[in-house]
Amino acid sequence: MSNQNQLVSKVDWITVSLYALFVLAGWMNIYSAVYNPETHLWIFDAKFYDSNAGKQLIWIATSLILIICIFAIDFRFFEAFAPIIYAGFIGLLILVPFLGVTINGSHSWFKFGSITIQPAEFAKTATALLLAKYINEPQVNLSKWKNQWFSAAIIGLPMLLIIASNETGSALVFASFLILLYREGLPGEYPGLFIGFVTIFVSALLLSPWTILATLIVIAGCIIALSPIYIQRLKQTYVKAALFIVGIMFMVFLVDLAVNKVLKEHQRNRIKVLIDPSFDPRGLGYQVTQSKIAIGSGGFWGKGYLQGTQTKFDFVPEQSTDFIFCTIGEEHGFFGVMVVIILFVVFLWRLMYLADQQRSRFARAYGYGVVGILFFHFLVNIGMTIGLMPIMGIPLPFFSYGGSSLWSFTILLFIFLKLDSHRSDMLSR
Amino acid sequence: MFEGRRQILLLFFIIIGLVFLGKLFFLQVIDDSYEKAADNNAIRKIIQIPFRGEVYDRHNKLIVYNTPVYDLYITPRKAHVRDTLQFCQLFGITRAYFDSTCKQAKAYSRVKPFLFLKHLSKEDFARVQDAMVDFPGFTFTTTAFRTYQSKAFSNALGYVAEINSNSLQNQKDDYYRQGDYVGVSGIESFYEEDLRGQRGVKYRMVNSNGVEKGDFKEGRLDIQPIAGKNLFTGVDIRLQEYADSLMQHKVGSVVAIEPSSGEILTMVSAPSYDPSLLAGRNFSKYYRDLALDPMKPLLNRPPSAYYRPGSTFKLIQALVGLQLGIITPGSVFTHAGAPVKCHAHNTSHNDLHNAIQWSCNPYFYHAFRKILYENTQGNTYERSAQGLQRWSELVANFGFGRKLGVDLGNEKKGILPNVEYYNKVYKGENTWKFSNIYSLSIGEGELVVNPLKMANVAAIIANRGWYIPPHLVKAIGDNKIVDPFYKTPVSVGIDAKHFGVVIEGMKDAVLHGTVGSDGRIPDIVMCGKTGTSQNAKGEDHSVFIAFAPKENPKIAIAVFVENAGFGGFAAAPIASLIIEKYLKGKVDRKAVEEKFMNKSYLPNVLSVTGPKPQKPKKDTLK
Repeated sequence: MSNQNQLVSKVDWITVSLYALFVLAGWMNIYSAVYNPETHLWIFDAKFYDSNAGKQLIWIATSLILIICIFAIDFRFFEAFAPIIYAGFIGLLILVPFLGVTINGSHSWFKFGSITIQPAEFAKTATALLLAKYINEPQVNLSKWKNQWFSAAIIGLPMLLIIASNETGSALVFASFLILLYREGLPGEYPGLFIGFVTIFVSALLLSPWTILATLIVIAGCIIALSPIYIQRLKQTYVKAALFIVGIMFMVFLVDLAVNKVLKEHQRNRIKVLIDPSFDPRGLGYQVTQSKIAIGSGGFWGKGYLQGTQTKFDFVPEQSTDFIFCTIGEEHGFFGVMVVIILFVVFLWRLMYLADQQRSRFARAYGYGVVGILFFHFLVNIGMTIGLMPIMGIPLPFFSYGGSSLWSFTILLFIFLKLDSHRSDMLSR
Repeated sequence: MFEGRRQILLLFFIIIGLVFLGKLFFLQVIDDSYEKAADNNAIRKIIQIPFRGEVYDRHNKLIVYNTPVYDLYITPRKAHVRDTLQFCQLFGITRAYFDSTCKQAKAYSRVKPFLFLKHLSKEDFARVQDAMVDFPGFTFTTTAFRTYQSKAFSNALGYVAEINSNSLQNQKDDYYRQGDYVGVSGIESFYEEDLRGQRGVKYRMVNSNGVEKGDFKEGRLDIQPIAGKNLFTGVDIRLQEYADSLMQHKVGSVVAIEPSSGEILTMVSAPSYDPSLLAGRNFSKYYRDLALDPMKPLLNRPPSAYYRPGSTFKLIQALVGLQLGIITPGSVFTHAGAPVKCHAHNTSHNDLHNAIQWSCNPYFYHAFRKILYENTQGNTYERSAQGLQRWSELVANFGFGRKLGVDLGNEKKGILPNVEYYNKVYKGENTWKFSNIYSLSIGEGELVVNPLKMANVAAIIANRGWYIPPHLVKAIGDNKIVDPFYKTPVSVGIDAKHFGVVIEGMKDAVLHGTVGSDGRIPDIVMCGKTGTSQNAKGEDHSVFIAFAPKENPKIAIAVFVENAGFGGFAAAPIASLIIEKYLKGKVDRKAVEEKFMNKSYLPNVLSVTGPKPQKPKKDTLK
């Protein structure tokens, strides 16, 4: 009894409440997305469980069981077994091309009876655990090349396997471990370079090379003009500036080349749609256009719960899963999405705050891994529904319909909450 | 170590959150185009067009009504035709048409209805209705065609057609959509807003495949259609048909008015057209033919054509002279000294009565000269200006140079030359005098009227000094709403006592004056005045205005027959036949009737535009 009371008092109830709020709000929006006023079912109807809303209710219930299981397991298990868990999922990722089934054009699912599982969803958790365990090693210092390479290998292996099964979107999620590494001491240049590269990549797509060149010359000129006189007099300064500009222009050229030669047709189109949604308005552009219409028609206060016309009548494909944010935008308006975005940022802040409270570097690093993964989904999912990001099939954590997705985020989050509840039991290093 | 990095990350997250909120604020609150796009997506507006109002004649006889026609729609996914041959035979279509239309429908959508066959008649519909159970996926919608009881009233009635792109763009209240029907001319156009009724709107929700999913907002926004209002005209359709039959093989107009009410009894424009040609699926074909016809059958001449009034204007000249006190019934003028010629008639005692009876040109030349010159001004130029001013003010009261306000859109003002007009023509004040403008004295020169105006002049004389604005429609809707404008008498400013001598002159003009024996009705006293409207392009136009009976007049009429020469020849007999028909219900003078029905005055050289205002005349009376 006392043990349990201790547990109750040590669990971070703010995070748990936000989790519950997100899952409940998500379910209500899934219910709305499939709601049909003419053939309206309620939860006591057996047929209800054939609908997405019904199934999601089952996923939520089973998630509760998962949470209980996680809390029943000894907290040391996760650190100790991290390599085995990781190896297990790598194994599954290798097996998926041979034993998996194809769902929605993606050959990355395992089927057990009527339940389908996508190992890629869970591989993120496994990777976060192993990466945290590795960083927890006393001799690891992320400013060293060797440790950087090893970390990159832990992240890169599942990433490559997922790319191999054609799930580029899920693979890109692994880039979010940059946040974990950054917090654990990776030099700031790396995320800086990453952001810089993304900026160049996006500019290369959106702007003409001449515009980029002109902008760079203006920026370089400004920097030089603002520098001390002796730097302005050095010949070296101008050589450096020229090299810098040439270097970036070369990257722009590479991006162009990559987009046109390396990327596959559908990937290229997804990026083109981002730049110009009217391109292919019935195909790829359709999704973005319809998504924006659904959200845009919500106005400030929204159309009201179950009143969304775009949502209910299948105008936005993947309404319950990847595009659940549209339902919120249409029915609850700007006010609704504002609440969701603010709460999500608060949620991320709370997790970072908790992570920094940890005595064990393992728990802290894992916590930042969770923050990174959740943030990446938040960024890409909402970004794509409002046309700021290319369409990648990744869900909005806790909101989107789907067993694998809800389970994997629940496990990801509650392992951290479990670790957090034992933070006083851990050794600090 | 690195605790500060949490703040950097938090800042980064907040920036991303703000970027999203900024973009969302733009999408949701600032840019409202998405709301329209969403409605276009999910809400289907179903327009229910009510029946257009019907049109009745003065005896409540139906003139225009609607005949339902049926359009057949196919919904490919539901459609199932087991026996294609039977289906084709049923509808009288070819196998090729069936196949190609089915293909088009499928290409359009598998779930949305597609127009398969247009305008099936009521009879066809009744015939196929029972067989349709064998052909699921086919549905009918009802529309209506205008149907006409009579072919004789087309021009004044106007027609209904699909709205053209010009009117569609320039409409005031955004009511019409592409493909809507709208009254184009005549009373169909003038009373469009009454006739069309109130369109019904139903909002249905549809899903992304276009399948209906129920009423939008439980139908709270729906509007029930309201049928168009019926129009009750003052037209006597039997008289209209009779007048129309007399005008065959002729170009011209007939307008008959009931003087006491201003109701138009008949309005004929010749040549005319069969209105059913423009009310059906072959509209565009027939419309082209009619619009290109050099005889201009689509032109409604009574309010729109230009003519000179000719000698019929002498009646107004006489009334104005009497009112101004410049002439009296006893005033006598001889033929001497006038540049205008006259017919041979008894001039031993050429007073006003005699002058009207024989349409004496010199008499009215002298009278008009007196009207212009008998005033206080100095020289002849100044006197002419003041005289013409007084004269034109009184003539304007008869409706000259302005619109009478008939309920037709194409009424023309005509021309009444006044001081201002001549100052402009002769470029300056006091540059012209009576000798420049004396043609006005006998209704020629710059004076331009239309037949409607002249019928109204006949009504004014019949009423001895007043008229009610002539109008076709006397009441609107089942509540019989009447525009007060068409109830209010308008005085022309001529004292009733002056009409006696004019009316007597008109009576004798018919009995033993300018009107020949064909224009006399044995047992009815008709008062009339002939006119010959000068036509620079060909034979003169024959004009006649009249009213009857002399006591308590029931009908006032103007008849214009183009290129028929002197007014007594064609116009007067035709007017007399119409009056006889109206007052007696039948015509006893069968020989006259037959003669004028068959008589053709079709010109070799066509002229329907009427005279152009003349060039200024040189002063020929020096």
